[in-house]
Amino acid sequence: MVQVTTNIPAVPPAQRGYWSGVLSRLRRDPVSMICAGVLALLILSAVFAPWLGLADPYQGSMIKRLAAPGTPGHLLGTDEQGRDMLSRLIHGGRLTLFIGLMPVVLAFFIGGTLGIIAGYVGGITNTIIMRVVDVFFAFPSVLLAIAISGALGAGVLNSLVSLTIVFVPPVTRVAEAVTSGVRSLDYIDAARASGANALTVIRVHVIGNVLSPIFVYATSLTSVCMILAAGLSFLGIGVRPPEPEWGLMLNTLRSAIYVNPWLAALPGVMIFATSLCLNLLSDGLRSAMNVRD
Amino acid sequence: MSATDKPLLSVRDLKKHFPIKGGILGRTQAMVQAVDGVSFDVRAGETLGIVGESGCGKSTTAKLLIGLVDRDEGDIDLGGKSLGRDISLRALRRDIQMVFQDSYASLNPRMTILDSIAFGARVQGLDDPAGRARRLMARVGLDPDRFAGRYPHELSGGQRQRINIARALVMSPKVVVLDEAVSALDKSVEAQVLNLLSDLRAEFGLTYIFISHDLNVVRYISDRILVMYLGEVVELAPVDMIWAEQAHPYTRSLFSAMPSMDPDNRTQKPPLTGDPPNPIDPPPGCRFHTRCAFAADICKTRHPALGPMVAGSPHWVACHLHDPASGHPRAGQGVPA
Repeated sequence: MVQVTTNIPAVPPAQRGYWSGVLSRLRRDPVSMICAGVLALLILSAVFAPWLGLADPYQGSMIKRLAAPGTPGHLLGTDEQGRDMLSRLIHGGRLTLFIGLMPVVLAFFIGGTLGIIAGYVGGITNTIIMRVVDVFFAFPSVLLAIAISGALGAGVLNSLVSLTIVFVPPVTRVAEAVTSGVRSLDYIDAARASGANALTVIRVHVIGNVLSPIFVYATSLTSVCMILAAGLSFLGIGVRPPEPEWGLMLNTLRSAIYVNPWLAALPGVMIFATSLCLNLLSDGLRSAMNVRD
Repeated sequence: MSATDKPLLSVRDLKKHFPIKGGILGRTQAMVQAVDGVSFDVRAGETLGIVGESGCGKSTTAKLLIGLVDRDEGDIDLGGKSLGRDISLRALRRDIQMVFQDSYASLNPRMTILDSIAFGARVQGLDDPAGRARRLMARVGLDPDRFAGRYPHELSGGQRQRINIARALVMSPKVVVLDEAVSALDKSVEAQVLNLLSDLRAEFGLTYIFISHDLNVVRYISDRILVMYLGEVVELAPVDMIWAEQAHPYTRSLFSAMPSMDPDNRTQKPPLTGDPPNPIDPPPGCRFHTRCAFAADICKTRHPALGPMVAGSPHWVACHLHDPASGHPRAGQGVPA
């Protein structure tokens, strides 16, 4: 074998980890960084809402009902009970983001695990898991969420449980499809042929290659999840008034749409901005996670 | 093969039938007889070439050898130890490794070259996996300082196949199964990789099972050639003998399908017509009789056994033409010219 020796100084070998590489690629994408900034602002303001010196989100005033945005003392106006919109929107972020994100995070872990097991093991295990998942697909997701929430009763925790159950099946299905695709590739065979057990092969070779599509799919579910949570609140089986929550606010303000359309649209704008940023960020993350580009 | 010359790897009556499931209950409708009673021995340091057309069971045989596909029947003995009885699959996998055809699909795209090579050594708990990997990288001609941290997509096909070879060698196996390992490479790179394989065989005392559809490549690297047709062995002989005389009509047509280098010696008529029969329902008797020019009635009913052409000869064939007692009209005369 001819050994070609060159005088070119060797390129410093990329010894940094995979995730730091993803982060540095993400940092070069302006859209993703703006979205990450907006999301960080939303999350931070929601977390620190009580310490921001805002008006009391529960204190209403019958005189100042439905004040237009820009009214002195109420930057974004007041709602149908005269409560400060800015304060309610920021406080509302706490519950909305929590019920919007938590079910998806839980479904990502539960569905991802189930799907990877089904896809990797195959055979009868796959049949059992996937047929059970199919049962859930027989119901429209809204109906399923309402049915489970109705059976469990109202409350934040119960809507969390019902929304998680709604989102586990689609995540499982995506995870299964991606995993069985990866499973048939030669490098999985090569890893098995080296004597590694299934757990090691999944941990080292499968997860890294299936995670990004599952992750991207899961982030796209968060916007749906926030809207479903809002729907549950509207029906009285989710968050209950007077708790501030964007979905609930959107529903209670819907009658104001003829009086003050800008006001009625505000909670929707928040939901829209959040889900748009999540989707764009997940797109950016997907391309950053692709080593080949 | 004499008793003193014990084979390193011995395969007896290996069978794998894949079920075809269908219907509402998913019951087995039929069986694909991918590998049906394959037997062969490989001596230490020898290279056995396996040839045959697509779908004849070459790759399934390879996967059966390293346990990527579970066998239905048959014995695999390595160094006198029987798989499943004397040694575990995990232990066997340390001694038998495989190089796949698709150099890109056989490397994890999210893993650095070094980690890919070292993975097997880590799994088997060998000492200094990274050091082993770096030494092997250097041995297959890739500078570890430059390539260790790279990803598979940054390498060319030839470089990736070198990495795959290094990966197969990291556990110091005795046998390496090369499943079309050079088929996807262009000719100049193919030659380099073949030379590398020859060098490694001498250096590490390896035994190869070399699967290919390219007869010239097989001839270059192999000591003996095994010809498969529809999941069965039809001929097994040392390279020189099979090059001098192809005893089975199928082998003959396979050889005559090789493009000639001599423009005056063009192949005029197609050596073989038709597709191989469906392995779901292979023809009775000799599996080749549907396409064989010399088929007689006996070929349709009686299955020819694999045996030496002449008693004691290392040239083995499964054809009624070579068995004087077979009842074939031309029995014992060999394949007509």
